[in-house]
Amino acid sequence: MSVTQHELDEFRQDVSAWLTENNPGDPGFLLPESFMEVGTDKQFEYLRTWQQKVYEAGYLGMAWPEAYGGGGKPQVFQDIVTQEMAQQRVPFMTNTIGLNWAGPLILQRGSEAEKNKYIKGILNAEDIWAQGFSEPDHGSDLGNAQTKAVRDGDDYVINGSKIWTSLGSYAKYMILLARTSTDGPNKYAGLSFFLAPMQAEGITPQPIKKLTSEFGFCQTYFDNARIPANCLMGAEGEGWPIAMATLMFERGNVGGQAGGMAIMDVNVNDVLELARRSKRNGKPALDDPLIRDQMVQLMIEAKSNGLMNQRSKIPALASDYQGAVPMSGKLRGTELKRRFCQFAINLQGADGARFVSNEAVDGGKWQRLYFNSFSATIGGGTSQIQANIIGERVLGLPKS
Amino acid sequence: MSNNIEFSEEQSMLLDSAREFAKSQSSIDLVRARLDDDRGLPISVWTAMTELGWAGIVIPEEHGGLGLGFNHLVPIVECMGRQLMASPLIWSAITAYALRLAGTAEQKSQCLPALAAGAIGTMGLMETGGSWDLSAPTCAAKFAGDQLVLTGTKVFVEDANIADYIIVSVLLEGQPRLVLIEAASVDAAALNREVIIDETRRSFRLTLDGIQVPKSNLLLALDLNEIELAAMLLLSAEMAGSHASTLDLIVEYLKTRKQFDRYIGSYQALKHPTVDILIGLEASRSHVYYAATGFDVGTSNDRQLAVRMAKAVASEGCAFAGDRAIQFHGGFGFTFECDAQLYLRRALWGQHQFGDEAHQRTLLAPLMLEETG
Repeated sequence: MSVTQHELDEFRQDVSAWLTENNPGDPGFLLPESFMEVGTDKQFEYLRTWQQKVYEAGYLGMAWPEAYGGGGKPQVFQDIVTQEMAQQRVPFMTNTIGLNWAGPLILQRGSEAEKNKYIKGILNAEDIWAQGFSEPDHGSDLGNAQTKAVRDGDDYVINGSKIWTSLGSYAKYMILLARTSTDGPNKYAGLSFFLAPMQAEGITPQPIKKLTSEFGFCQTYFDNARIPANCLMGAEGEGWPIAMATLMFERGNVGGQAGGMAIMDVNVNDVLELARRSKRNGKPALDDPLIRDQMVQLMIEAKSNGLMNQRSKIPALASDYQGAVPMSGKLRGTELKRRFCQFAINLQGADGARFVSNEAVDGGKWQRLYFNSFSATIGGGTSQIQANIIGERVLGLPKS
Repeated sequence: MSNNIEFSEEQSMLLDSAREFAKSQSSIDLVRARLDDDRGLPISVWTAMTELGWAGIVIPEEHGGLGLGFNHLVPIVECMGRQLMASPLIWSAITAYALRLAGTAEQKSQCLPALAAGAIGTMGLMETGGSWDLSAPTCAAKFAGDQLVLTGTKVFVEDANIADYIIVSVLLEGQPRLVLIEAASVDAAALNREVIIDETRRSFRLTLDGIQVPKSNLLLALDLNEIELAAMLLLSAEMAGSHASTLDLIVEYLKTRKQFDRYIGSYQALKHPTVDILIGLEASRSHVYYAATGFDVGTSNDRQLAVRMAKAVASEGCAFAGDRAIQFHGGFGFTFECDAQLYLRRALWGQHQFGDEAHQRTLLAPLMLEETG
C-alpha cells in the first residue's frame, strides 16, 4: 500500500488535533514516569482509561492485523502518532509490556488461537501484561533462571520467584521464562516460555517499595501454582530463543511493536525551562555564573550524544574503536539524565530538600525523577559494568 | 539546530589520503627529530602538501585554489593532529580565509594564488597579557601619507620566521582592522622565538614598532570573530586528532604493562577513566564534523554555537586525555622519553589558544540559555 506525503501530512494534523482535544490533562496527582512506576490504583486507572481512549480512536496498534484488533495500516501511521504523542507530552501507554514486547512476539510466533485470545486485550488495556524473566538471585543472568515448571497432567506446576515484575499487581498475564528441565547440554536448553495467567492460586505478586517510597515493581512468588499446559509457547526447551526474540522487541532492535509512548520523556531542555523560572536567594538562578556554566555543560553533553549517533551512521567517520558509540549509549544517556535531574534539584535552593508534595517545585517531580533515574544507571547492567564492557570489548583492555 | 553531519565521498578520500600522508611524513620519531629545528616541518614536506592541493582548499578557483570549504580542510587537519604534525597549513588557510573575506581585489589577486601555490601565511591576533578578546587590539596603525605606520607587539604568531605574509590586527581610527605585512617588511630583529608549551610548533613575538606598509595593505573592515571561529574549528580538529592518538598510546600501555602480576588495564581505576577518554573522543570528533558541516553554509549564529561547543569539548577532552596519559604511564610518564608529554603539551596549547572550555561556555551561555523568539 503506497501512501502519499499529502495523506501523511493530513493524518499528522488529525492526530495532533485529536491529541490536543483529548489530552486527559493534569489528573491532580503526580503521574508515574513510566510503566515501571505505576504504583497506585488511581494512577493505574487513569492510565488504563487513557490507553483505552487512544485505542478506540484508532491510534494504537495501527499496523497490527485487523483480524486481531489492529488497524491494518502501514507502520508509518503509527510512527506519526507516537511522535505526536511525544510532542504533545500526553501520558504514556501503560500496557507497554503487552503492546511492545509480548504482543509483537505473539504476532510473530504465536498460534492462531493465541493471537485471537491475547491481542485485542493488549490493545484496549483490558489485559495488562507483566514480564517474569529476572530472578532475585540471578540479576541479569537470564539463562540461569531457576523457577521450575513441572508438567502434571493438563497443568504445569510452577515454583520459584521472579523479580522486577512491573505492573505485577495489575497484570492478567505474564510472559514467563521457567525451567522445565535440568538435563540439557547447557543451562539454556531446559528453559521454556509461558503465556501465564497471573490470577491463579499460588501466584503472589508482592509489591516492592522503591527508594521513592512508591510502588511499581513486584517480586512475584510461585508456590505450587498450577497453570494450564496450553500456556506453553512453542515447545518445551524453546524458552531461550523465544526470550531472546522478546528482548529484541524490548530493546527496539526489531520493529513490530504496537507503538505509543512508553515513558514520560524528560530532557535537558526541560531542565533549562526549569532553570529559567528558578530563583536562588531571590535572584534568577540563571544570573549565577556557576549555574549558567553547569547548565551549558549539560546542554553540550546532550548535544554530544545526539551528534555521536548522527556521526556513527557515517562509515567514513566511523570510530577507531568499533562499537564505541552504540555500546556506550546506555552509559552516556542514563548518566546524563541522572546528573541533569540532580542539577534540577540544585536549582531549587532550600526547596531542593522537599519531596513529592504540593509545596515542592513542580510537585516534587525532579526529586522523584532523580531517584528513579538510578533504575536506568543500575538496571540492565550498572554504569560501572557498562564501563567494564566498553573497556574490554571496545578498547580491548584486559578483563577486570 | 539540527544534528546534521554531512561527509561526502570527496571528503572521505581526503581523509584517507591525509591519514596516509601524515603517517608517513610525521612518525613519532620524525616529530621528535624535528623538535630542535628552526622550522616545525621540512620545506620538502610542505611542498608535497602543496602539490596535493591542500594549501588551496579554501581559496577560490579563480585565484588558483580548489574553491572548497573548511569542511574539506578539517579532515586533513585532524589527521595532522593525530601525528602531532606541525605544518603551516592551519594558519596559511586562515590567512587565505581572511583575504577571501576582507581582502581588496588587488590583495586577493596578489596573495591568494601565491598562497595556493605554497606561499606561507600567518596571522598575529594576540597580544601580551593573555587575553582572548580579539576585538580590542592595543597594537595600532596610523596613516602617514600613503603609508600605514604600525606600533605595538603581537604574540603567538606561528611560523612567522618562514611566513611570506603576516596579517595582524591593529586599531585604526578606533576600529579593529587587519593589515597585511609582507615578509620583506619584517626585520629579523622584529621576530623573537617564544618558549611555548608545544615544542612541535614555532611561535614568535612580533614587534610592529618600526614597521610600515603601503596603505593598500589595509584589508576591508571585518568582524574578527569570523577569523577566530575558523582558527577554533581547525584547532578543535587538530585536538580531536591528537586526542585519538593519546587514547591509542594509553590503550597500548594498559594492554602491555604489568604491575603486581596483572596488566594494568585490568584495574578499573585505569580502565574506567580510559573509557571516559574514549567517550570524550567520540564527542569531540562529532562536534568537530558537525561544526565543519555548517561552517561555510550556516548562519553566523549557528557557526558560533557549533564551533564554540566543538572547541569546549575538544579542549576539555584532549587535555584530560593528555593528563591521564602521563599518570597512567607511571614513572615512565614523568620522563621526556615518554611520548605522553608530547600529547599533553599539544593538548595544552590547543586548549589555551582562543579560549579554553570555561571561556567558551561563558560565551555560549547567552546563546544557549536566553529565550529566543
